[in-house]
This record gives sequence, C-alpha cells and structure tokens, in this order.
Amino acid sequence: MGYVSGLKCRECGREYPVDPIYVCEFCFGPLEVVYDYKQIKKVLTRKSIEKRDQNLWRYKELLPIDGEPQVGLKSGFTPLIRADNLARELGVKELYVKDDTVAHPTLSFKDRVVAVALTKAREFGFDTVACASTGNLAHSVSAHGAKAGFKRFVFIPASLEPSKIVASLVYEPNLVAVDGNYDEVNRLCSEIANKYNWAFVNINIRPFYAEGSKTQGFEIIEQLGWKAPDNVVVPCASGSLLTKVWKSFKEFRKIGILKELETKVFAAQATGCSPIAAAIKQQTDVIRPVKPNTIAKSLAIGNPADGFYALQVVKETGGYGEDVSDGEIIDGIKMLARTEGIFAETAGGVTLACAKKLIETGKIQKDETTVLCITGNGLKTQEALNGHTASPHYIKPNLASFEEILKKIGYK
Amino acid sequence: MAVKVRIPTPLQRLTQGKEEVEGIAGTIIDLVADLEKRFPGIGERISESGKIRRFVNIYVNEEDIRFLKAEDTVVKDGDEISIVPAIAGGM
Repeated sequence: MGYVSGLKCRECGREYPVDPIYVCEFCFGPLEVVYDYKQIKKVLTRKSIEKRDQNLWRYKELLPIDGEPQVGLKSGFTPLIRADNLARELGVKELYVKDDTVAHPTLSFKDRVVAVALTKAREFGFDTVACASTGNLAHSVSAHGAKAGFKRFVFIPASLEPSKIVASLVYEPNLVAVDGNYDEVNRLCSEIANKYNWAFVNINIRPFYAEGSKTQGFEIIEQLGWKAPDNVVVPCASGSLLTKVWKSFKEFRKIGILKELETKVFAAQATGCSPIAAAIKQQTDVIRPVKPNTIAKSLAIGNPADGFYALQVVKETGGYGEDVSDGEIIDGIKMLARTEGIFAETAGGVTLACAKKLIETGKIQKDETTVLCITGNGLKTQEALNGHTASPHYIKPNLASFEEILKKIGYK
Repeated sequence: MAVKVRIPTPLQRLTQGKEEVEGIAGTIIDLVADLEKRFPGIGERISESGKIRRFVNIYVNEEDIRFLKAEDTVVKDGDEISIVPAIAGGM
C-alpha cells in the first residue's frame, strides 16, 4: 500500500531504492524520500483525513511506510491553541501556538519522528534501534522503543541536564553518556553506525525519520481550517524541522488540499548557537559551524546538517532568521506560561523570543496570522529557570500570617 | 608512521573495503589528491574543484577542519583523520 517510489539525492539527483541508507554514495548529499503524488492525490483528501483517528498517522499516505503504522499509534495531533493573550502582549492580531509540549508519549515533537522511524525500522527487520540525542530524541526512542519491544542504544552528551537523563533511564535503554558535545556524539555515532547493523534513527533511518516532522505542518494546516498561515516561526537546530514543515505545506498544495500557499517561514535560534540565523542575516549560502554555548541545549547543534536547506526555504518564502540571548529565552518561556498557560522547554523560549523580535522589527506584520512551533515541554528543562522565577510566599500555619501576605501583594 | 584516515561506509567500495587507509602529511587537500591517486574516484566524492564538498565533514584528531584552516589545514604523521557525512539530529 506504500506510496514511496524511492530515495533521491537532494544534491545531485541520483536515485536509490528504499533501503536503510542516508547519504548519496556519490556526493554525500542527503537522501530524500520520493512519493508518487499522483496516486496519493486520488486517496488523500480533506474528507478522507477528517474521518480518521486523531493521531499523526491520519496522513499516512504522505509518510514513508509500506504497511500499516506500528509504533506511536497515539502520537501527534497536538492542540493548535489560539493565543489571544500572547497576541495582545505582542501587539498582533492572530497568533497560534502549535503545542507539542503535550505530544504523546514523551512531551516533545520527537514523538512524531520516532513513531515513523521505528515503524520503518520494523519494516526493514531491525531488532535494535539507536540514536544520538540532546535529550528529547533520547526520551522518545527510549519510550517508543520500549513499547514496541526493540533493543535500544541511546547516546547523549554527558553534560545534559540531570532531569533529562532520568527521563530516558526510566525506560531502561542502554544509555551511553559521551564526554563531548552533541556534534561529537553525532560524529562518534556515525562511526558506530558504520560498524553495527542497527537502526540509528537519525543516521541510517534519517530520510524516513525526518519525514515524521511533516505531520506538525499537516496538522497546522488542518487545524487552521485547511488554510496556511501567513507566517510560521520554527526553532532550528539541524534545520530539519523547518524544511519539513515547509515541505508539508507544499505537499498539501501539490495534492490539492491547499488552494493557496504564501506562507513565510522564519528560523529561530539561540544566539549562542545560531549558524543558520547568522547565514540568513549575512545573506550568504555558507553555513559556518560554531561551538554551541546556550541554555537551549535541544537546539545546540553547531554543525547543522540541513542548515543549507533551511536557509533556502527561508529565502524562497521571504522569511527571515532571528536569534536571542539566554536572558531573552528565559523571558520567552515565562511569557508563554504567563499568557497562555503553556510551559515550554528552552527551545520554546527561543521561538517565542525570536517571534517577538520579528514582530518588533516589522518582519512579521501585526495584521497577519502567525503560528509558533512550540516543540517540547518545560518540565524537561526546569534547571534553566533556577533563580529566574518568583519565590513562594512562606507563612506560618495560621490565618493572620496568610492575610499578611494578601496585604503585602495588594490582593483585593 | 603516516596519517591514519578513517573511511566511511559509502566510500569503502573505493578502498577495497578498507575502513582505514594511510595518507600523506601536508594539507588536507594534498592528502585528498594523494588518496585519489591510490583510490581513483575518491577525490571527486570528497571534493569539488579544490574545495571539500558541502556535505562532507573532515575531522583531524576529532576537530572539525572548518574550525582549523579548512582545506589548508596541515596534518602530520600520527594524526588521525575521519571523513564523516553530515548527519541530522535535533530540530
């Protein structure tokens, strides 16, 4: 039943069969899944989608599997929240939060990509799955892999926040904490992937894995009433999510689900790791790698594999790139929580703070519709807020002591 | 003692299946040119008109050459070089 016709190099166009491979043997360019859109157009319509269960597999024809979905059957279809309080604060008319802080089962958008990656790993016949991760991916591979019965090897930078480490360990994967940053973990993993016949979700399964990110974009369109927003702000680490959100919009346009598409795509990064935003601002095609130094660890990829393509999307759509300091990230997290009741991880703070700047500088117009992609839950990175939240009111267990507080805060 | 060069899977077909080969000391681009002489075809996979291809990462003793002097980075006997395709992760 699959609609995938093969893999194709994004750089030189060479074609490959559907296999657990990820780079072009000739030029090392990344491989991309090719679909038979003519056939998909016949079966996938607004009506057929609306009849299906509310999870990411409702768009399964545009996902790279051959059989039925096997992993993450309840993942995806997170809320799209109309953020009127936040819109008022930022001075814009229509603002939405795509809220993957409540993704099932591990509270980040990685549950989407891993659902697709592990379904594909099973189709390929692997018994062991692995990943290199800054945290969220580790959680998702650990959890989805536990439920699906895979052996699991998870590689993380040893400097990750302790709470993120516990949130992987609880699912009992083989957790390997590497003395190095994410780029070093990634390099090590690509050498391990050379040697062991495992499904490394972000290495040899990457062309399939990355396609899972499109479901966030499909949902945005559907939840806006089958319309594309004027602007979408997407956090960037490798740049993969941004390119896939744009791809999802274009696919819906291609199969006729969207009538019009004029969305501008904006890249959000932390200043301490902003190779993509820097290239956009400097109007160059060269992504210069950096050594990350930011509290937004889930975005701390100094050598972004899809940075070049993210750059092209931003240029093609007339968007822009912005970056924000650690202080602005914390303010962004707090603003989203205070106005919309959503506690996002540091990457969410990056997205919101960048959106704020883009609005202030007029890159995002006040009378347009804007969607912010919020990709992970704040409970995972609470350490980032240490010393930056208000304090509790400490009292004695009596009414007088309590009422002193009411007086102090001026409650009426 | 020469320079140790780790070859990634997609290129091992050109090195008769060898995961590791020896390279010459000098600049990275000279080393690539020398590999091309002994393993014809490997040069154009890694580089294009004297520049390392966009999706190829080269590490000297675990340091990305883009943090050093890129193609002009000088390697000496005993150094270890990894050639690694760019890989995805994160968002």
